[in-house]
Amino acid sequence: MDVSIVDEIVLQHMEESARIVPILQDVQRHYRYLPEEALRHVAGRLRIPCSRVYAVANFYGAFSLKPRGKHLIRVCTGTACHLRGSFKLMDLLASKFNVEDGETSSDGAFSVEAVNCLGACALAPVVTVDDKYLDGVSPDRLLKIIKQF
Amino acid sequence: MPRSALGTPVETLDKIRQVAIKRRPPETAEIRVCCGTGCQARGSLDVLEAIKGEVQNLDADGEKPRVKKTGCQGFCEMGTVVLKTPEDFFHCRVKPEDAPAIVHRGSEADESVRKLQFPDPATGEPVNRMQDIPFYRKQKRLVLSRNGSVDPEDILDCIATGGYHALASVLAHTPPEEVIATVEKSGLRGRGGGGFPTGRKWRTCRDAPGAKRYVICNADEGDPGAFMDRSILEGAPHAVLEGMAIGAYAIGARQGFIYVRNEYPLAVERVTLAIAQAGEFGLLGENILGTDFSFSVRVMRGGGAFVCGESTALMASLQGEVGEPRTKYIHTVKSGLWDCPTTLNNVETWANVPIIFEMGADKYASIGSEGSKGTKIFSVVGKCKNTGLVEVPMGITVREIVEDICGGVQNDKQLKAVQTGGPSGGCIPASLADLPVDFDSLTEAGSMMGSGGMIVMDEDTCMVDVAKYFTDFLRKESCGKCTPCREGTDIMYQILCRISKGQGKEEDLELLEEIGKTLKVASLCALGQTAANPVLSTIRYFREEYLQHIRNGVCPAGVCRELLSYSIDPELCKGCGKCVRACPSEAITGEKKKPHVIDAEKCVACGVCYDQCAFNAVQRTSPRKKR
Repeated sequence: MDVSIVDEIVLQHMEESARIVPILQDVQRHYRYLPEEALRHVAGRLRIPCSRVYAVANFYGAFSLKPRGKHLIRVCTGTACHLRGSFKLMDLLASKFNVEDGETSSDGAFSVEAVNCLGACALAPVVTVDDKYLDGVSPDRLLKIIKQF
Repeated sequence: MPRSALGTPVETLDKIRQVAIKRRPPETAEIRVCCGTGCQARGSLDVLEAIKGEVQNLDADGEKPRVKKTGCQGFCEMGTVVLKTPEDFFHCRVKPEDAPAIVHRGSEADESVRKLQFPDPATGEPVNRMQDIPFYRKQKRLVLSRNGSVDPEDILDCIATGGYHALASVLAHTPPEEVIATVEKSGLRGRGGGGFPTGRKWRTCRDAPGAKRYVICNADEGDPGAFMDRSILEGAPHAVLEGMAIGAYAIGARQGFIYVRNEYPLAVERVTLAIAQAGEFGLLGENILGTDFSFSVRVMRGGGAFVCGESTALMASLQGEVGEPRTKYIHTVKSGLWDCPTTLNNVETWANVPIIFEMGADKYASIGSEGSKGTKIFSVVGKCKNTGLVEVPMGITVREIVEDICGGVQNDKQLKAVQTGGPSGGCIPASLADLPVDFDSLTEAGSMMGSGGMIVMDEDTCMVDVAKYFTDFLRKESCGKCTPCREGTDIMYQILCRISKGQGKEEDLELLEEIGKTLKVASLCALGQTAANPVLSTIRYFREEYLQHIRNGVCPAGVCRELLSYSIDPELCKGCGKCVRACPSEAITGEKKKPHVIDAEKCVACGVCYDQCAFNAVQRTSPRKKR
């Protein structure tokens, strides 16, 4: 793995005293998850213990320590979406594709994340596919989307 | 009076304002396209482009309307929303192909826009003007008015319409002490949940010893079902920055932070742009408007942890640590970020600050109820007809919001309850719908204001499931630092799971209440202290429904799947095969055009077939039939 990009990211945040979270966000944006090697590298560059970097990476729900699939499906499980049946979408993904929250399909085509609220409650149930918002998503529609991957 | 080479702060701002007005004459007609997250998801950016294209094709000699991208206009149910001034013609569900009709609309009775007009629920007649639509008529849009009228990506548009005027006049005429007194007089209370008096918070922070001070804008809007803070940041970022600058001036801070959820990319983008633009015009940074007041703001993205909405956890997160709260025997106003006195308010609170100085504290305090002044924005979502953002004077009743403004419950079903306050709040039953909505009344009823999420629930909503949902949420979001919260939420969840499977005991209700009370007194932070509210309030108002689950194995709302059976009525089934394709567990079989059958062994009772069937052939029964 070429970790020189991690050096660059750390340098961009050099003047900030509280920089772990933003650094990890940028590292994740680059690799689409947080590889162990990159985390170790960040710890070395910041001269802090690996355990501290790992604690931060592990605490925040937005970070993924596992590689993600080609596409990222985020299912909103906020209250409004729950009432309008977003749990049925998670059920569908689990029963039809054997993919639970935080997991990746066996062919690596997509990963699934349940998120607390995407803040578009009026459009419930909401799903984002690679950051594109989709409104009023039924199990039917989700199936069609996955078929296109 | 502070004076620079350019003149007083008000004069300096006025010069910028004159430039802004010249560039965008106020008398020019405008077509305002809502580009909040909701409308964008429905394709408003394409609508914007289509309208721009259509305007470009207009005759060169006539004056062309200005096409403007605005923040969320609130009526998300009807997106994409387009407003045409000066008439205030309101168009909903607009698609790009509707652009010519809107651009060329001349009169009220224009037939070509009829399908874009909102039909009056009482008469069915199309409504022309925004202010005549029931959704808007009863609202009092102080904070949200900017959202719908100003281009959030253009600071000049904001300044031309009065933006930063409050800051300039505060810097010119008002000593910090007086600023705080004004906020105290206005009666403003924090809009993020607790409802703490903002002025008092500022005063304690100003009086706390320390050389360095910070202000923080809490935009870690974690309550599922609430999205007003996102909308304000996306639609009126300058109002938030202006409020923060006034606050920083009052308490003596030079540095501010906006801690915003990573799940809100558009809000991050707009507020980052707004900070850069404000810096260019000398409204942030060194020597603001030529005075010796300096203040800069940085944006930090959160990491997707609900507990980081709690002030001490948020500050820990800002410092680059794990976002765990601490005990608050020393308040953050005295020792907060990096142990310095810190004032933290949420987005909506900051956005209210300039309004107080624009209209005056007395006038502001005349809005609202006895203990709760001003307006509050609610996101009314769930099973109601017109979902969206609603800004109303505090003290209005739940019924007025749900029925008069939001058109009542979807599909003409019965209102069962309204959930307020997010996972920390509770459920208010339909029988209390005439309860005034303010900080104190909601707390008395066992719920809380929270950040203003209002989730409408109908007869198809199971209250045991709702309690289970919130407890599951809190169990996962509990940071685990203190035992009552970590273990208590988990045990409550397990009990609720048992009840929803028909395996509950009547003593479970007492046990839940006991655990709930323990959480309230023994938890470290507000997350744990309020975690039992959803459970306690649903037991308080819907005990009968719990007992139905426990005694009879019945889920009256038809939600708890372990208590349900699905079967197909052969008389009604047309054999269309829609349910076969939809069933995730492949439990349905049958030849085309012949009645289908559900295999009870394979069926997971998810109810997808029930939702899909166009002929009502799928039957749902509770308690579950014996296999």
